[in-house]
Amino acid sequence: MSRYGPIFVLVAGLFALWYAAAVPMNIREALSTAERDGVAVQPGTAIERRDANALGLVLANPAQIPDVWAQERPRLPAPHQVAGELWQSVVMEEIEGRRGLVKSGSLSNRGLLLHAWITLSATALGFAIGTVAGVLLAVGIVHSRTMERSVMPWAIVSQTVPIVALAPMIVVVLYSVGLQGLLPKAIISAYLSFFPVVVGMVKGLRAPDAMQTDQMRTWDASGWQVLTRLRLPASMPYLFASLKIAVAAALVGAIVGELPVQGGGLGARMLAGSYYGQTAQIWAALLLAAALAAILVAAIGGAQRLALRRMGGAA
Amino acid sequence: MSAAILALALWIGLWALNVWLATGPLSNRIWARMAVPLLFGITILILWEIAVRALQVPLVILPPPSQIGARFAASLPVLWGDFVQTILRGALSGYAIGCGAAFLTAIAVDRFVFLQRGLLPLASFMAALPIVGTAPILVMWFGFDWQSKAAVVVVMVFFPMLVNTVAGLAETSAMQRDLMKSWGASYWSGLVKLRLPAAMPFIFNGLKICTTLALIGAIVAEFFGSPTLGLGFRITTSVGQLALDMVWAAILVAALAGTGFYGLVALIERGVTFWHPSQRN
Repeated sequence: MSRYGPIFVLVAGLFALWYAAAVPMNIREALSTAERDGVAVQPGTAIERRDANALGLVLANPAQIPDVWAQERPRLPAPHQVAGELWQSVVMEEIEGRRGLVKSGSLSNRGLLLHAWITLSATALGFAIGTVAGVLLAVGIVHSRTMERSVMPWAIVSQTVPIVALAPMIVVVLYSVGLQGLLPKAIISAYLSFFPVVVGMVKGLRAPDAMQTDQMRTWDASGWQVLTRLRLPASMPYLFASLKIAVAAALVGAIVGELPVQGGGLGARMLAGSYYGQTAQIWAALLLAAALAAILVAAIGGAQRLALRRMGGAA
Repeated sequence: MSAAILALALWIGLWALNVWLATGPLSNRIWARMAVPLLFGITILILWEIAVRALQVPLVILPPPSQIGARFAASLPVLWGDFVQTILRGALSGYAIGCGAAFLTAIAVDRFVFLQRGLLPLASFMAALPIVGTAPILVMWFGFDWQSKAAVVVVMVFFPMLVNTVAGLAETSAMQRDLMKSWGASYWSGLVKLRLPAAMPFIFNGLKICTTLALIGAIVAEFFGSPTLGLGFRITTSVGQLALDMVWAAILVAALAGTGFYGLVALIERGVTFWHPSQRN
């Protein structure tokens, strides 16, 4: 309790703040709805209300306060509205919906699970490509001084470049050469997850100190043996630390990559929600993306504990 | 065919030159160290130019570097407007507000154990989340102009900066803090004279990470709605017009801005944390 108490208090405070913030943010819509239903509100016309202070509107119309948490298209949906939308789109729509599991035998494209799956598969593919390429480049950099001096400065510079700016172009270019679907998004994911892995692995492969590499030399170990028996095992903690960063970056890449193509996915869902003013839909997609990120990072953490235990290290 | 041979010969020649520069007798000269990555970059650009021309790649797939350069030079005023809108108005103001707020929060977290226990786990969780996803919501709240971009940047840079600053404030050893106490230093003078200076490498690490995040946030937020200028707007509309040379020119601006921004922060870091081992040559 003493450990989780403060977290609990802060989360509860956050929810209270969320409900409170919804009052001034949604009061205008709530008053307009009430006016359409024939309830007298202060001031009487939408134009007057537009210029009025939101807090003043709240004070002038205390009777309409409960309505702000039940608007259909609120500026800030209340937590229970988001939870309802999540339940509706993750569970109800997928199972009971018109195109859900029961009626069609597959996941509904109006439900969130399908979109989360699309995003997850792009993330996983991109993460795999990025990790493999990153480890290979790191091995090359550690073994060739020319490669290190040629490539490493560019790797660092490319870290400072807002790479997602490339996303729409990559998608369009790959489309014009006939590639579409998963791969363009995965390439953006791979690009984002690539550099954390390179930087972490270069550090990790260099982690063995001079005494250890000298020991390998006295055993007449070949370069390959030094790599597989000393450098790679020694780099594992670094690898997993950078994999956690890389998988979060890969998810961002997949979501951003989905913005220009309307082929489904959480990013496409957010964009559609922002076009049609479905705020609860944006929030639900956002929360699901957050859950996805938490699950992915936790999975890497689990793999890390497993690997370190297998290797006999302190987990 | 001849182009392929030319490209291959160029690649081998320049790579051999690079090998010689990096491992040969001159490898420790400062200009040789600078020349190697430059040469590598130039090689890539030349190969790109040759490949695009020889294979006659259509412009809508990949324009040659020379054409991108020409487009960049020809549309400087437009790109300057985009730069001001996205980088100076959106990213920089959000960066300043976000990093400043995170810094103050970090000091509050450091002062109160309750916040340390409650806020810190939440913050490190939030730092791993795809916060870019808040962009559509914030664009809806703050409108299409630069204010919404700044808001996205604030949310994006806040948590990494907070986590780094808190880690930095924990950097001093118990002996150093005891020494301050034995001199009768108050909490604030201990903070200002010992712990903040010791935290500077971490703070600058956070500031450097946030430069990239700030640009990403500002550009991605423009994908959700923007006035008719800005780098994100330029990229999406030019992709729509299949004017890929313009897209690449806008990306060049973003890359230059990102590198320049990062370099500026790194330069300030060199001045502030001159005592740190990583700054010694």
